[in-house]
Amino acid sequence: MAARSALSGWLHRAADSDVWWSFKSSPMTVAAAVATFLIVAVAFLSPVLAPHTPFDPATLSLTDGLKPPAMLSADGDWAFPLGTDDQGRDILSSIMYGTRLSLVVGLASVVVAMTLGITLGLLSGYLGGAVDALIMRVADVQLTFPAILVALLIDGIVRGIISVKRHDEIAIYVIVGAIGLSFWVQYARTVRGSVMVEKNKEYVQAARVIGLSPLLIMVRHVLPNVTGPVLVIATINLGLAIITEATLSFLGVGLPSTEPSLGTLIRLGNEVLQSGDWWITVFPGVTLAALVLAVNLLGDWLRDALNPKLR
Amino acid sequence: MPDGSGTQFVRIAGLKRYFDVSAPWLVRMIERRPRQIVQAVDGIDIEIAKGETFSLVGESGCGKSTVARLVVGLYPPTAGTIEFDGNDMAGRHSRADMAALRRRMQMIFQDPYASLNPRWRVFDIIAEPIRAFGLSKDKADLQKRVEDLLRQVRLTPADGRKFPHEFSGGQRQRVSIARALASQPEFLVCDEPTSALDVSVQAQILNLMVDLQRRFGLTYLFISHNLAVVYHISTRVGVMYLGRLVEVAPTETLFTRPKHPYTRMLLDTIPDLDMTGRQRSPVAGEVPSPINPPSGCTFHPRCPFANDRCKAERPKALSIEGGTVACHAIEEGRLPVEERTYVANS
Amino acid sequence: MATPPNNPPLLEVKNLRVEFPTRRGTLLAVDDVSFDIAPGEVLGVVGESGAGKSLTGNAIIGLLEPPGRIAGGEIRLEGRRIDNLPYEEMRKVRGARIGAIFQDPLTSLNPLYSVGHQLVETIQTHLPLSAAEARTRALDLLKEVGIPGAETRIDHYPHQFSGGMRQRVVIALALCAGPRLIVADEPTTALDVSIQAQIIALLKRLCREHGTAVMLVTHDMGVIAETADRVAVMYAGRIAEIGPVRDVVKHAKHPYTKGLMGSIPSLGVRTERLTQIDGAMPRLTEIPQGCAFNPRCTARGSRCLVERPDLMAAGTTRAACWLHDRGGIGAPVVKETADA
Ligand SMILES: Nc1ncnc2c1ncn2[C@@H]1O[C@H](COP(=O)(O)OP(=O)(O)OP(=O)(O)O)[C@@H](O)[C@H]1O
Ligand SMILES: Nc1ncnc2c1ncn2[C@@H]1O[C@H](COP(=O)(O)OP(=O)(O)OP(=O)(O)O)[C@@H](O)[C@H]1O
Ligand code: SF4
Ligand code: SF4
Ligand SMILES: [Mg+2]
Ligand SMILES: [Mg+2]
Repeated sequence: MAARSALSGWLHRAADSDVWWSFKSSPMTVAAAVATFLIVAVAFLSPVLAPHTPFDPATLSLTDGLKPPAMLSADGDWAFPLGTDDQGRDILSSIMYGTRLSLVVGLASVVVAMTLGITLGLLSGYLGGAVDALIMRVADVQLTFPAILVALLIDGIVRGIISVKRHDEIAIYVIVGAIGLSFWVQYARTVRGSVMVEKNKEYVQAARVIGLSPLLIMVRHVLPNVTGPVLVIATINLGLAIITEATLSFLGVGLPSTEPSLGTLIRLGNEVLQSGDWWITVFPGVTLAALVLAVNLLGDWLRDALNPKLR
Repeated sequence: MPDGSGTQFVRIAGLKRYFDVSAPWLVRMIERRPRQIVQAVDGIDIEIAKGETFSLVGESGCGKSTVARLVVGLYPPTAGTIEFDGNDMAGRHSRADMAALRRRMQMIFQDPYASLNPRWRVFDIIAEPIRAFGLSKDKADLQKRVEDLLRQVRLTPADGRKFPHEFSGGQRQRVSIARALASQPEFLVCDEPTSALDVSVQAQILNLMVDLQRRFGLTYLFISHNLAVVYHISTRVGVMYLGRLVEVAPTETLFTRPKHPYTRMLLDTIPDLDMTGRQRSPVAGEVPSPINPPSGCTFHPRCPFANDRCKAERPKALSIEGGTVACHAIEEGRLPVEERTYVANS
Repeated sequence: MATPPNNPPLLEVKNLRVEFPTRRGTLLAVDDVSFDIAPGEVLGVVGESGAGKSLTGNAIIGLLEPPGRIAGGEIRLEGRRIDNLPYEEMRKVRGARIGAIFQDPLTSLNPLYSVGHQLVETIQTHLPLSAAEARTRALDLLKEVGIPGAETRIDHYPHQFSGGMRQRVVIALALCAGPRLIVADEPTTALDVSIQAQIIALLKRLCREHGTAVMLVTHDMGVIAETADRVAVMYAGRIAEIGPVRDVVKHAKHPYTKGLMGSIPSLGVRTERLTQIDGAMPRLTEIPQGCAFNPRCTARGSRCLVERPDLMAAGTTRAACWLHDRGGIGAPVVKETADA
């Protein structure tokens, strides 16, 4: 009940709020939202929309290999508008599937980081004392390592434990876990900060006077009031997670090349860049840049719009 | 006014609450700093009879809010007992008994902006205690109760659908009061309920509190630093200084025949609305820190009547004129009682 | 403390309008406000929360937060228009001619610098003094506002001061360049009564000794009664009544002022109930036609519902109420009692 009313309350205020207004009056933000929506929609509809199924070896033919983009070169074939790679895979379709994969990894790792970060942040902020000190020291230590390094480390450990073949199967989980683990600190810190502010507010004390348990107070009262900043970090982190995955794949420790994400596509393309087949790497690169830019713009706007107002 | 003989509704005895505000252990060891303890409440006895309004006054930081929080159980006491209707609040109670006790005492907070969850509708805010204590049979009953409560604080049932930010400060404070009344309490602790409001809204809230008290036989522990408000609303008044009660007296007596030197100084700070030309004299000297309170009577550095005994020996509460005073000068009879009169405003 | 009537005013505010353009239309938060303050005079400004007191003060010191803007009228300081000055010039005027004191001393003090550092910096931006001279002046100021042990305290940081001492430091900051006008917005609300008395004594002494004019915004009627020479009572963005403090407090002419003064609990008589004004001040978006106070007014008449009263002579004060007009209020309109 409380959760529902909190949600509907948020929606009610969102529709009626200055946030929606500031959204509408910022063309840049609207453009970013439209671009994000288009990329996401096309990516998730790729099985329907994509002209080819690039990962099905049966549909590939080496004779189609290394065709330049049809729209730019007379040598091209309009069946492959953005060209093909050395295996004869359609770049456009690869990008669509790859974006889907990147988005899944990005979203999943943001969810992992968020869950972990919010939980630890709530505990840390609400309980304080030794729990807080412990969690925050761990966070401090982790912050001194770049996210990539943490992810590399985790991936390395997993690789050490299991065989290479099995690794390909569970690679996606490893990478989601690794990225998730490397991003939780930001959420935890933000949530902890908000919780420390909120828990001393009198409405929380009123709930304590009624005798509600700390868990209920955290979930019902404190959590809804820290969603704003968390949402903002999430949008910014989505872009970061996708880039991290791309970097990891680029370094060859990410997803297997049989199922390329945007990052893998860029890496594979990079290997043949010397021979002048630039399209294999440039188009996925542009897509990645566009996606990250759009999501970041959304996040930036959200931060500015949410900060002083929705109170 | 309490007769002193009957059973007291709320009985606070030897109540203490210390806060450890030391630096973290490591810092303390490295910089060789001692532990620092704030003696926020340092041995207080209060008895409140059913249906009366007992007020606590005193300068900022003297521990008024800490007493309020101790009473409703937001902090555990360092020492001392709080008895509510014959039940020791710190005693062993089953969960159900404890909930039953909690239901009977509620608190109204100072800041009408911070005391309501901004993400909840007013209906849910008021319904929360009813739900938490399982007081309503079904949805329709809950609906009816909340609507009744809204009407009691002179809002309308339609206001239940709104969010706190849609209300003015005074209206929010009404929502706060409605929430406090929702569990049908008998005892309300009010920590500066009108300090954040302007005078016209303050009058509305105080009148409402008086009406509710008469209607439901409520008992109030009322905290304020506005002496005129305290004068208006209370049956008895306790004056606090640095965590201790220095004087307790029936309202009229406290204002017309103040005894403790600190009470007299405090009354001198009341702004003169009538422009009679009465000089307002600020209390001399800075408030000492509760971390290292002065020895003996903690008021002695600022007291014009202090002698050597005051510096050494903590004065005991002395019963006089239906109240108590803790002061050596009064006990020794070297400080005559002073009569004061006030001209009514217009 | 009466001021000679022929003194030219230090501050003149004429038909000031402050508005906020919002997506739902333009809100008029200060509507046609006019008053002036003579040298050495304290003008108290009181009124319900949200009545526009702070906005009026901020408009004078040129610190309206956007999107708020001055939409009309003029503000003159010592005869010179200051409402249309460019930002940089206004900043100089603000430091040198007008001092500002806000409710929360912490907003005006930087926690990272010592009090002395901040004072010296402010003094040097407004006065051509060397660092050593500026420090001497800072020390004098701290002594003047009554900081005990100023010589050692000057090097302390804001957090090492108590609330009352911090507020005194803020006043010292406002006094740095010897301003002609001080705009004090709730300078004592965050303080204890005993410290409050010290601050008030300080403000009064400044007026007396330096002829500084003060605009004192507060909702503490006690402070007003003790400090102000005249009072302006604001309601819903307009001045409802203005006049000598004694007359406004004791013999109010406007029904709102009467209600406001009646709401103050006083020592001496213990009544069952305090006088109260039912209802709440309308939001800026819902200001009724005619007199803005009419939904809560017990004296209202048919004229009040359609025609808006301007300030008019009402005995010793000026009040914006048709009761004091020769045309009267029209036929009485009974106030519905349901609202609260
Ligand atoms: N949680 C806490 N931790 C440490 N010190 C505290 C805590 N709560 C209160 N104190 C200290 O205890 C003393 C009494 O505080 P309290 O809030 O009870 O004062 P008060 O009389 O309510 O003052 P005010 O009128 O300003 O509200 C103060 O010195 C304060 O700094
Ligand atoms: N940025 C803003 N946007 C829209 N309205 C505003 C803004 N700032 C102030 N207002 C409105 O202007 C009106 C006057 O505000 P102001 O701060 O002057 O009130 P006040 O009389 O100082 O009240 P208080 O006693 O609470 O300080 C209020 O109704 C307020 O809601
Ligand atoms: S005990 Fe002594 S110091 Fe304390 S108030 Fe009485 S006379 Fe003053
Ligand atoms: S003008 Fe009319 S409504 Fe307004 S205050 Fe005067 S009598 Fe009341
Ligand atoms: Mg308090
Ligand atoms: Mg204001």
